[in-house]
Amino acid sequence: MNLDEVRQKLRHFILENYLFTDDQAALNDDDSFLEGGVLDSMGILELIDYLDEGFGIKVEGDELVPDNLDSINSLIKFISSKSPA
Amino acid sequence: MCGIAGILPYKGFGESENPIFLLHTMAEAIKHRGPDAEGFYHDQHIGFAHRRLSIIDLAGGAQPMQTPDGDLCVTFNGEIFNFIELRAQLIAKGYEFVSQSDTEVILHLYREYGLGFPSHLNGQFAIGLWDKREKTLMLVRDRVGICPLYYFSNSEKFVFASEIKALVPVLPEKLEIDPQSLDAIFTGWTCVAPATIFKNIFQVNPGTLLIIKDHGITEKTYWNLEFPTQQDQYDLRSESVLVEELRERLLAATKLRLRSDVPVGAYLSGGLDSSVLVALMHTQTDARLRTFSLGFVDSALDETSFQNQVVNFLGTDHSRTEVSYAQLAQNLVNTVWHTESPILRTAPVPMGMLSNLAHQQGYRVVLTGEGADEVLGGYDIFKEAKVRQFWAKNPDSKWRALLLSRLYPYMDLPKGDAAVYLKRFFGVGLDNPGLLWHSHLPRWQTTNKAKMFFSENLNEQLRSRANYEAQITSVFPEQANDWHSFHKAQYLEIKTLMSGYLLSSQGDRMLAKNSVEGRFPFLDHTLIEFANRLPPKIKMKAMQEKNILRKMAQRYLPPEISQRHKQPYRSPNVSASQGSLFGSGLAEYLSEEQLNHAGLFDSKKVSLLIKKARGDKPLNTAESQALTGILTTQILHQQFC
Repeated sequence: MNLDEVRQKLRHFILENYLFTDDQAALNDDDSFLEGGVLDSMGILELIDYLDEGFGIKVEGDELVPDNLDSINSLIKFISSKSPA
Repeated sequence: MCGIAGILPYKGFGESENPIFLLHTMAEAIKHRGPDAEGFYHDQHIGFAHRRLSIIDLAGGAQPMQTPDGDLCVTFNGEIFNFIELRAQLIAKGYEFVSQSDTEVILHLYREYGLGFPSHLNGQFAIGLWDKREKTLMLVRDRVGICPLYYFSNSEKFVFASEIKALVPVLPEKLEIDPQSLDAIFTGWTCVAPATIFKNIFQVNPGTLLIIKDHGITEKTYWNLEFPTQQDQYDLRSESVLVEELRERLLAATKLRLRSDVPVGAYLSGGLDSSVLVALMHTQTDARLRTFSLGFVDSALDETSFQNQVVNFLGTDHSRTEVSYAQLAQNLVNTVWHTESPILRTAPVPMGMLSNLAHQQGYRVVLTGEGADEVLGGYDIFKEAKVRQFWAKNPDSKWRALLLSRLYPYMDLPKGDAAVYLKRFFGVGLDNPGLLWHSHLPRWQTTNKAKMFFSENLNEQLRSRANYEAQITSVFPEQANDWHSFHKAQYLEIKTLMSGYLLSSQGDRMLAKNSVEGRFPFLDHTLIEFANRLPPKIKMKAMQEKNILRKMAQRYLPPEISQRHKQPYRSPNVSASQGSLFGSGLAEYLSEEQLNHAGLFDSKKVSLLIKKARGDKPLNTAESQALTGILTTQILHQQFC
């Protein structure tokens, strides 16, 4: 899966599951999930499950920080760092 | 409970109008509130209707009731618990009584004290009183809003009733959902009185007297919650003295509420509040008490083992009804018909099943522990507010934030940097801890998410209306800025959620639908006045909620109950019952056609929410509240608009 496909897949998941829309303009890739109220604590846990199911990424306890999970771009960066080169 | 209704045509009834027909139609809509008898009164200027649930003076006490000279007439729902004392006082002043009922006391009390008469009443009531000589209609509602009372007025008439459905037959136009009230419900669970969910329909504010005369409506507040504004206004006696006084006051309030000519039972949740009440009732009788409780299939919500402990300890005759997911779905439409309001959780449904259980067992009066958490400081929101106030003194402190995760041990927090997430969820308003509604911001933030499903049309209408915070500001008196933060939180909880939701959607409406009356000793106004003078640390000691009640309860209950941590009453959310929900015809209310017809919600977004609800993962709290709120708004719209 290339980066664009990862991005589209993540955007689709966030837009449909948390913003309940297919309007691409509703979310920019740098928008903070926390500041925008997109995710709450349950939502973050749901996202962690999705990273496992959709990308085979296991998130460790010390990786559960906003730097890794707080926007589409931070997620892409995190997924890239966890994926085999 | 009874049901009342009335019409005041400003120019008198026209020749073509049939007052009895109109009154009968109104009363018929609320027959469930009083199945035992109906009564009507009308003259050229006024019409009163009454549906009676006989509880006191079964043979006498028919309503509407007039004074012998015909100058005064009253239609009344509720109970005046101190009617025996008031009656004796009035007899000493020379008044003559023809019945043993509490209704007659109201007539003579008004004659003696004029507009100041409500201050003498200890009870729960909604009163319509007509002064024929003054051509004045008065509406009075009890201090905290136990009994409902709604009205509509235009240039031609003023009409009132116990429930909105009784107004419908005499309204000039169909009901419409009020956007501002929908916005309020989707923020704080209830609209802000005197507004209701329907445009142009209002409720009489609790603790208020409305005077309708010469086409004008005047509002007079006869009671409101008051809290200390300076240190010397607190009750600073020792804790042991205060515990004893609470015991005496609660016992007196309970004894007053046992006054009845029919047997009185009790709801027993297994928690501290209802258990204390049943224990106090136990001290007043040699007969075995009758108790009723709910059980849930879902063990996380079920309190049966605690209920059984109290039942065995006090030896009550107990009945229990178990609530299944299928029953929640089956009863939802009928529940909304009675709540006359959108609801964000299914919690009223089981309460309707509980009153049905009491009714089936022949009981028409029950005591419940409602009000203890608000009056004595039992809810987690008060603890949360206390921690957030502490945290606000040093907003960058991580360990202060982490106190919140100890408060909600069941909260699933990401473990990496919990403080960051806690700040996001609970940190709202940290920079302004003096805000009157600071305590409630996290709750509003969660509920608010449901608004993302509002239609563009609804959002457009809301842009020109006052926002929720502006509405809430109007609820507070001026001196509230000088109250302790704990008291601001208590005030807001009592004036909004308790009055508008717990005593209404979950209380009166779910009791009255099965012709059962609830009585609430913790809401005795003298007890509230006592509790409001207590220092916050007496109510909540460190993180121990309802500290003073727990100390009192040790005398009556085993420690497993008296020291039990508060478990809020919850029923399964919609997503947990999704199988039943979408298999029982409820999905039709959420069809694209129905959503577009009502025009309140974005059908595309709602369809994605339904898709998620049908999935294999449970909806989170905010999503579940949104789905329940949208569904029940749609049901309400179809029923009333």
